[in-house]
Amino acid sequence: MLEAPSSSVINNGVELGSSLKSGSGKAFDRKKRLSLYNKTFKVICIASAVFVCLILFTILFFMGRTGILTFDTVSPLTFFFSSEWAPENDQYGAFIFIFGTFALTFLTMLISVPLSVIIAVFLAEITPSWLKTMLRPVMDLLVGIPSVVYGFLGMTILIPMLRDLTGTSMGDGLLAAAIVLTIMVLPTISRITDDAIVAVPKKYRDASYALGATRFQTIVKVVLPAAKSGIMYAVILGMGRAIGETMAVVMVIGNTPQIADELFKPTSVLTSNIVMQISNVPFDSSWNYALYMMGFLLLVISLLMIVLVRLVQRKGVKS
Amino acid sequence: MSTRGKISGNTPNPFASRRGLNQFNNRLFTLLVWVVGICTVLFICGLLFLILQKGLPKLEWSFLSGLPSEIEEGGGIGPTLFNSIYVLVISLVISIPLGMAAGIYLAEFAPDNKFIAFVRICVEGLASVPSIIFGLFGIAIFVEAFQIGLTILGGAVSLAFLNLPVLTRVTEEAIRAVPIEMKNASFALGGTHLQTILRVLIPVSLNSIITGICLVAGRAFGESAVIILTAGVTTSGEMWDFSLFSPGETLAVHLWYVQSEAIVPDATEIAEKAAAVLVFVVLLINVIFRVPLWLNARKTRV
Repeated sequence: MLEAPSSSVINNGVELGSSLKSGSGKAFDRKKRLSLYNKTFKVICIASAVFVCLILFTILFFMGRTGILTFDTVSPLTFFFSSEWAPENDQYGAFIFIFGTFALTFLTMLISVPLSVIIAVFLAEITPSWLKTMLRPVMDLLVGIPSVVYGFLGMTILIPMLRDLTGTSMGDGLLAAAIVLTIMVLPTISRITDDAIVAVPKKYRDASYALGATRFQTIVKVVLPAAKSGIMYAVILGMGRAIGETMAVVMVIGNTPQIADELFKPTSVLTSNIVMQISNVPFDSSWNYALYMMGFLLLVISLLMIVLVRLVQRKGVKS
Repeated sequence: MSTRGKISGNTPNPFASRRGLNQFNNRLFTLLVWVVGICTVLFICGLLFLILQKGLPKLEWSFLSGLPSEIEEGGGIGPTLFNSIYVLVISLVISIPLGMAAGIYLAEFAPDNKFIAFVRICVEGLASVPSIIFGLFGIAIFVEAFQIGLTILGGAVSLAFLNLPVLTRVTEEAIRAVPIEMKNASFALGGTHLQTILRVLIPVSLNSIITGICLVAGRAFGESAVIILTAGVTTSGEMWDFSLFSPGETLAVHLWYVQSEAIVPDATEIAEKAAAVLVFVVLLINVIFRVPLWLNARKTRV
């Protein structure tokens, strides 16, 4: 009587033990498998992140290496400060294009920043909410319209219009390009500014209204200063886009290497010059190297912008 | 500021005039903002409407599927439209897994140190690099180093490089936005990190990720500078050419080419129709993917 249960207990014990063992074995296998998956996944993720960084450095390296070759035949001083661009005669002065890029960006910002801030104020503070929910997605859609379409519009509608309005024989030039770029960067700048304005705490506005300020005073003296770093961020992003934009500019700027000292004078900027000439030149020529140097310049400018963005953001966090 | 002079005068109630002026300023400002806001939005939307209205009614199937012609009238956009979609798909196939994996690493695994901060700046910097630089880079790699000339493959890979940083940032931000409680709940149930990422974090943040992918896809579909430099301005002249090594002019490039370089007599009409198709497809990409997500978001919220 006593033995039977005890043996069964022992048996049970053995079974229990073995089942525990096998169970733990299985669990161990599963654990191993899962941790293997985890590790593999993590390695894949790290590799991808490294790859993304690697692209940037490869681009910097390639552009820099090819660009530097320019200075074998042209002195840096000539390249940056001479306005003689005649590759057929071995004259590589890129000053026209550098100046053109800066002038165009400046003009674009001059038109687009006030406009976009007003639109952002309109979107964030003034419109009734039904219009807000309708307009914000529309602005987001506008960001995605291809630049070549804007260029096409500029070429077929804006330039004839400018010709009629001003009486010049050529409509293309800095002003046309600046208007097209304004239409392009406007949705970007105003949407980010809009977000920055919405992010200003409501208590700031309440305090301002409680002091008896009108809405105008509240917006201009409280909300906009509070959203300053966000607005700066938006402006720098828009600027980066204006500097790097190619196709829309190519179609309206005229593509002539002459200095842009008038609003209606066909000229050329860094991007448009690269895209118009790169396909026609052999790779191992000073001409091509000069184009790569111009690309490298664009790259450096756009990376400097990002550093600027970082500084602005850090300042915004501190204040 | 301009009101300060007025109150120092000897008016019986200095605040009365100031208040009136303030009210006037306020009204003027509101009016100005309304007028500028409405006008600009209407203006831009009007432009888009104009494109669609000029091009869409004239569209025919023969135009969409026809071969482009160099000299005669009546050229179509078939191969370029096909190339656009083909290049877009290849570039997304390359960039979505890489970009998402990099984004997941930055959001989930990355330690919080200076090096990772540097990596983030790199990603952000890459996102701001002008598209033409990717084109030049594509030439240096595919045309010069590998000697394969202007091909669909070169265009698609360069385009993928252009998309990568944006996808990385979108994924990182989307995954960071997932509430910590959800992640903790998954860990509490014994989920491993991988399971948590695949079954909780990605499904929850899918909405933002897909919105980001739409944005990238629309941008890639309309991108032209990269394609001109790396895939050329000609097509192979056949309709369904899946070869990765044939020249790959896309629709956006064709629009530019027809309008500025080509000598066909009906260039303007082709350009108008091509522009309409381009805008239409970009809008379609955005709407088709976003509407179900929007409906889904509404359903889950209630």
